[in-house]
Amino acid sequence: MKKRLLDTARRLAMTLLVVWTVVSLVTLLIELVPGDPAVAILGETATPEQYEDFRAKHGLDKPAFFFTLGDTEGFKWNGMDNRYADYWRGVLTGDLGRSFRTDRPVLDMIIERYPNTIKLALAALFVALLIAVPLGVVAGRNKGKLIDNAASFIALIGISLPGFVIGPLLIYLFAVKIPIFNATGSANPQDIVLPAISLGAALSAILTRMIRSSVIEELGEDYVRTARAKGLSERIVLYKHVLKNGFIPVVTILGLQLGVLLAGAIITEKIFNWQGLGLLVVDEGIGKLDYRLVQGCVLVISLTYIVANSLTDMVYRWLDPRIRLS
Amino acid sequence: MNRLTYIGLVIAVMLIGLALFAPFFIDYDSAITPNTALRFAAPSAQHLLGTDALGRDVLARIVYGARISLQVGLIVVTVSGVFGIFIGSLAGFYGGWLDRILSGYVFNVFLAFPGLLLAIALAAFVDETAVLSFFLGGDGAETFLSIFGKGLFKILLALCIIGWVGYARVMRGQVLKVREFDFVHAARALGAGNMRILFAHVLPNAIQPLIVQASLGMAGAVLSEASLSFLGVGIPPPSPSWGTMIEEARDLTTLYSAPHALFAPGIAIALTVLAFNFIGDGLREYLDPKQRRR
Repeated sequence: MKKRLLDTARRLAMTLLVVWTVVSLVTLLIELVPGDPAVAILGETATPEQYEDFRAKHGLDKPAFFFTLGDTEGFKWNGMDNRYADYWRGVLTGDLGRSFRTDRPVLDMIIERYPNTIKLALAALFVALLIAVPLGVVAGRNKGKLIDNAASFIALIGISLPGFVIGPLLIYLFAVKIPIFNATGSANPQDIVLPAISLGAALSAILTRMIRSSVIEELGEDYVRTARAKGLSERIVLYKHVLKNGFIPVVTILGLQLGVLLAGAIITEKIFNWQGLGLLVVDEGIGKLDYRLVQGCVLVISLTYIVANSLTDMVYRWLDPRIRLS
Repeated sequence: MNRLTYIGLVIAVMLIGLALFAPFFIDYDSAITPNTALRFAAPSAQHLLGTDALGRDVLARIVYGARISLQVGLIVVTVSGVFGIFIGSLAGFYGGWLDRILSGYVFNVFLAFPGLLLAIALAAFVDETAVLSFFLGGDGAETFLSIFGKGLFKILLALCIIGWVGYARVMRGQVLKVREFDFVHAARALGAGNMRILFAHVLPNAIQPLIVQASLGMAGAVLSEASLSFLGVGIPPPSPSWGTMIEEARDLTTLYSAPHALFAPGIAIALTVLAFNFIGDGLREYLDPKQRRR
């Protein structure tokens, strides 16, 4: 018990260290961008006072970091009152700063967009499973036969068709040729269909292959022969025994992919103008040089990513009795 | 090797041929110079794949786009592969604190984040000229940019930075396994030094899965380049990157009047990625007899 607690603590510390590094690296990257954010945001025509106000409000009048390494004056210590320290002081109290552009708290902007990202991720996962489970099981059962080759071929095509190819194609088919859906947007309930298919397609391809090879592997196990020998129907053997065991590696991929989906499906959100986290960071943050927003999004996204991965790990351990009970 | 691998190889060779010999059969000018008289022309004998919203020949843009895609793919896979293999071997071979720092911390930093987002941030924020000047000097940077055009170096840098970790991780695992084999102990007993053991004995025996990964990585790099250009942080127009072509063709006007301008780059990307996935898959089966289908 004590060992497990220690282990958890160590992993938590490592996670925090990793998140801190990621956000610090992005901050560093942003600080290295040439040009003055005040001029970039307010434009060339603002008055000197407006520039001053803007810099003071966002801490841009302070030094960027604890020390400066100049070409001429060399190493210079700036003390604790700097932009970097301020940012982390804010983060610890739940304040991610204010957006350069909109002047709203970054945290509010993120919270506003997050539900859309979760919705899209879950819908895409649903689409993926809907396609992958039957396709993978059928392919695995009929290994080497025509139907297996066909399913594997479809899966490979799915992997190779990126979202920004499928997306516009779906828009062309179902918004232009047969107008049953809106081309873009996230206001109406049915607007989720096209982005979910577009995002789920690639995932379903990966899952189909996983389930297929899982089913093939499990079908060769002794317990399958036992189950068949005691007269269970093939359907029960397949869906109750094989799929249950074969699903363990699939869950791992599923969890890791959910992390990817939650981190913002940037391309899909961009194509369908879906108002999620990915669109926020790319269009509003990176596109409009809103650095504070980029920092906040990067922090939240990497946290989501890591939490999803850790949860996957836990579920994986719990699912596999060999690990759970050891 | 199965049939799909050969199909993949044939597509790949054709693509490389198209990209290499492009100037011999199609004019670069028709790929980048707008011609308003020819907007949205349907496919015809003069323009096999029609023209786009600016009246540029779609086939020419596809062919010259292949140059960009394959260039990026090859360079990214080579650079990030070599770097990843080197770092991964060190971590796996020496173990100890070096491994703890590398695989316990550095790898995780790069894996704690969606690669594409990091690439977007790098491509958007990195000052290409400044980085190039740092390595090549001011004149060198200018020459480089005049030869290769703007945006290419930035993309290569971003994709290599996000790409190497994958190779490093696989390589570390492989080296961990191989370094315990008897022939390694034998080599050590014969007095071989660490470097000799690592590069002459461990590396050649550990590298097989990396070949598969490189082939899949090629598909990934082509896709990432297209994604970055699609999002507008990659190769700037009028250069005919496939991603840019899709971005330019996905507005509703073009979708209505010239859907071929969207389909052509879409199919080109899909075919390229498919080809390298086929090759990677075939190699995996070939190298791992357990997966070979009977």
